[in-house]
Formats: sequence, structure tokens, C-alpha cells
Amino acid sequence: MTTALVAKNLVVVRGGSTLLNDVSLTIESGELLAVIGPNGSGQSTLLGAIAGDFVLDGGSVTLNGSDLAGLAPRDLARARAVLPQQMVISFPFTVREIVAMGRSPWRDNNDDTHIDAAMHRLDVASLHTRIYQTLSVGEQARVSMARVLAQDTPLLLLDEPTAGLDIGQQERFLAIARSLVDEGRGVVAVLHDLNVALRFATRVLVLHEGRCVASGDPQSVLTPVLLSDVYHQKIQVTTTAEGRSIILPEHQ
Amino acid sequence: MTTARRTSIYAVGIFLLALLLATTLVSLASGAFQISFPDLLRIIGNGPSDESIDVVAHNVFWQVRLPRVVLAVVVGASLAVAGVIMQGIFRNPLAEPATVGVSAGAAVGAVIAIIVGLNEFPLGVQIAAFIGGTLSTALVYVLSRSDGKTEVVTLILTGIAINAFAGAVIGFGVFVADDDDLRSVTFWSLGTLGLATWKAVGVVTPLALLGMLISAKFSRVLDVLALGDRPATHLGVRVEPVRLQAIAVVGLLASSAVAATGIIAFVGLLVPHIMRIVLGPRHRHLLWTSALLGATVTLLADLAARTLLSPAELPLGVVTALIGAPFFLLLLRTTRRGQGGWA
Repeated sequence: MTTALVAKNLVVVRGGSTLLNDVSLTIESGELLAVIGPNGSGQSTLLGAIAGDFVLDGGSVTLNGSDLAGLAPRDLARARAVLPQQMVISFPFTVREIVAMGRSPWRDNNDDTHIDAAMHRLDVASLHTRIYQTLSVGEQARVSMARVLAQDTPLLLLDEPTAGLDIGQQERFLAIARSLVDEGRGVVAVLHDLNVALRFATRVLVLHEGRCVASGDPQSVLTPVLLSDVYHQKIQVTTTAEGRSIILPEHQ
Repeated sequence: MTTARRTSIYAVGIFLLALLLATTLVSLASGAFQISFPDLLRIIGNGPSDESIDVVAHNVFWQVRLPRVVLAVVVGASLAVAGVIMQGIFRNPLAEPATVGVSAGAAVGAVIAIIVGLNEFPLGVQIAAFIGGTLSTALVYVLSRSDGKTEVVTLILTGIAINAFAGAVIGFGVFVADDDDLRSVTFWSLGTLGLATWKAVGVVTPLALLGMLISAKFSRVLDVLALGDRPATHLGVRVEPVRLQAIAVVGLLASSAVAATGIIAFVGLLVPHIMRIVLGPRHRHLLWTSALLGATVTLLADLAARTLLSPAELPLGVVTALIGAPFFLLLLRTTRRGQGGWA
């Protein structure tokens, strides 16, 4: 399973304001790229741009060598899956029905296998007859992720996948994300928790006011100086007794 | 209801077919002129050319009642399927050809056609109704959407505006119509199967069948659309082209139904809702079961319209509105509660 997405010099302008300004990134098999930055820095816009959601005002995105704009929606859906920030579903579908929708670009004999595997992996198999709208926020997030996994794509784009999860669910979720990367998939995730980015990402891209201000290895990118500057908040990076780095806001 | 309890599709299918068959037989037998069941079966068995049993019963059956029943079935099924598709593409259980103004738009098209004399041409009124209905579907779609979704309030208010406009045009039509046209114009706004003829059946049925056949291909896409436009796109759906095609199908189904019978409200609202409770929201079975139940409900409503004040006849649209409007209010309340209110 190989994937390679290359985004070059992306520009997105909406209503006169530049949401993305000359942002470039690459993502390949076996990478987990965390996109971080203060709220409103353009993370979701970046994810939408590389998902092919809208026409770019500048720059280009290629997936495995082909221009994203030229790919048929179905071929694109077989190559990349997107987990939206929040899903409002309009009719009382059951959990299994929702997860099964992830198979719609494929529709083959393996559908049930993929659906069952995805539900099992996200631990939502026991919820299969429950109606999505009646689930808790954390359960809904897991069901949505199971739907994305059922799509079985080499590339996954996740918009704040850990929002609404408690610390235990978050750890289990990130372990799943890590195992997807180990399988050779590529993952791009918009994250708000810097410690999560530090621990789980293979690379980090920091957005600030629509620009990429740093990108690379998490340990070298997530420095107190850069973070304090970007978040307008004094931030320190300390090391625990076990030798793990943690990012903390400084006391005022 | 947090866990879905879904009834077997076979049981539901057989039940709906049996119900439709029984309702059809009762409808064929009952009315101002009663035909006994043994006579009914003999008339059917002998075919349209053999008048040996009872000439009156024979003519009532073949010339009046059968075309009326067939038209009720076709129109009821069309309206219910149009309701299912509309709710699917608007992602909203309150969308329905009549409430959002599509039926009124079709009626406006028909009324204008009658006034300007297009009813002299074959299919002139039907084509005008189709254009009116499809245009108003597109109008509702454009006006009631923002940020890729349709808010309930906007949808209903748009419907009010279109219905008000249509009411004015129809009122104007009544004002300028001569006596011949007056009856036709009045009938569009009230809805009735009383003018059912084999000719009307012959016009509507192919259009309805075409619309229903096309609608079958939308079943999976309509499911995925429930996730929202962007997630549907991410799953490989070409959302805008699909939505335009679906709107055209709604226009076809609703307009051909309205062209034949006038505005029959709430069938497209009530029927899909009942089927969704029984079978769940997946469109694959929702579409055809709604067609069956829509046919049955319309037959029953027409039976009530014909027999309640017999020999006088109530307009069918009046009967469906009497039952449908309270139901619509109920659905409005539960939808509101589901959304935590709207303001």
C-alpha cells in the first residue's frame, strides 16, 4: 500500500481574506503528519484543499502523480478518506449502516469483511444496531472513524479526530492511527493537542495565519520559542523523569 | 428509540402488497353505485368487451372506477416516491412536493396553460405543469440552501412564499377564466380523482413509471447524502449532478401527478415517514415500499372522498390535507425537538 500526496504552493482566498498562503506539504506511506496551529490558522482549509474539496486559487495538489482536479470522484474516494470535524447525519441510520457507507466507492464482495473489521477496530461492534444520533460524542467520533477505515484507502485525512474523546479513548484512537501508519498508510491529522502531536506524529507542520511557519521532525519543530510566538502564550517544553518531553503553558 | 428495530423487508413487502390489493378491490366495488364482490370478480374475469352481466355495473367498472383506481395508484406512488427523493436530497424529513411549493408550481404551470389555451394541444397542460413543478423545485433548492445544507425554517418559509405566489396566480386564473376553464382551474387547486379517464391514465403512467425507474438508481447515493455534501463527495458521489438529476425526477413525478389530479398534499410527507419508522432510512427499500403505501393511502383517501358524503364527492386534496396537516404539525414538533429548537 503506497501513497504519495504532494501539495505545492497552495493559495486559498475566501471573501477577500487569504486563508492559505503559499503552503506546501508532502505525505507518503508510513507517515503521520500532524497539522497544528492556533484556531483559525487554516488547518481545516488545508485539509479541504488536499482532499480536493474546492478549486484552489493557486498551487497544485497531486496524488500518486496525477493532478487531484483531474481525478474522478470515485477514484479519489478509493485513494483517500476524510474524517470531517463533525458529522450531522440527517436520518436515523444505525451504526452499521453508517460504517457501511464507507464502502460505497467499492461495493464488492469484501464489503462485509471491511465493515466488520473497521467496527471491531474502533470498538463499536457492540453498538451496531444503535441509531447514530443517540450516541455520545465519543461514540459518534469512533463510528465516523470506523466509516473512514471501512473505505480502506492508502491515505487518510483526519480533521481533529480526537476532539470529544477522553484521555483513554484518545490514546486508543492514536494507537489505531499509529497502526494505520505501520500498515503503510499515510495519515494527515489536524491536531490541537501539542503533546499528542509530539508523541505520535512522524512530522509536524505548523500553520500560522495561513502560512506554514515550520515543518519537520516534531522534536525539532515544537520548540518553546516557536510555540510561544505562534500561540501568543509563553510555552515551555520540559522533560519528565522517564525522559519524555511535555509541552506546557508557563504560569503568568 | 435508541436501538433500531427493523421489520423484515419480506414481511413488510407482502403486507403492503396485500393491503394495496385489498384496498383496490374495496375501491373498485364501493361508491355511489355499489358493485357486489361476486359481480366484480365476474366483470373482471369476463374482460372489457363482455357486457353480459349488468350493463350499468360493467360500464361503471370499466369506464369510471377502474381508470380512477389506476390513476389513484399511479399518482399516490409518484407523490410518495417524490417525497422520499426530496427528503433525501434536502436532507430533511419535512420536504415534500406540496409543502415546499412544487405541486403549487406545477399547478401554476397548468393554470397558465389553461388560460392561454395550451389545453388545445395534446400534453400541453402536462408539459406546462412539468415545467412549473421543476422550476419551483429548482427555486426551492436554490433559495433554501446555505452552506450546503437546508435549514428547516428556510425550507418551510420558502414553501410558504411559493405557495402564496402560486395561490395568487391560481386566483388570478379563476378571475380571468371563462366558465369552461373555471372548472379546470378550480380542480388544480383542490385536487381530485373525479376527472380520471383512461386518457389521463395513459399520459401519467409512463411518466410516473419512468420517474420511479430512474429513482431506483439514486437509492445508494441518497443514503450517502445523509452524511452531508462534503462527506458524500469524499465517498465518490458527484453531489451536484446527482442532486440536479434527482430534482428533475421529483419534478417529473410530482408534476405529472399534479397534471392529472391537481394538488394532493401530504402523501409525500406522511408515507415516507411511516416507512422510515418501519424499515429505517435506507433508500433501497424505502423507495418501493413508499410507492406501495403511497398508492394505498391515496386509494383510501379517495375512497373516503367518494363515500363519506355520498352521493356528493369531497375533493381528494381536502381529505389528504385534513389528515396530513395535523400530522405535519406533529412532525414539525418532533423535528424541532430533535434539533433542540430553532430560532
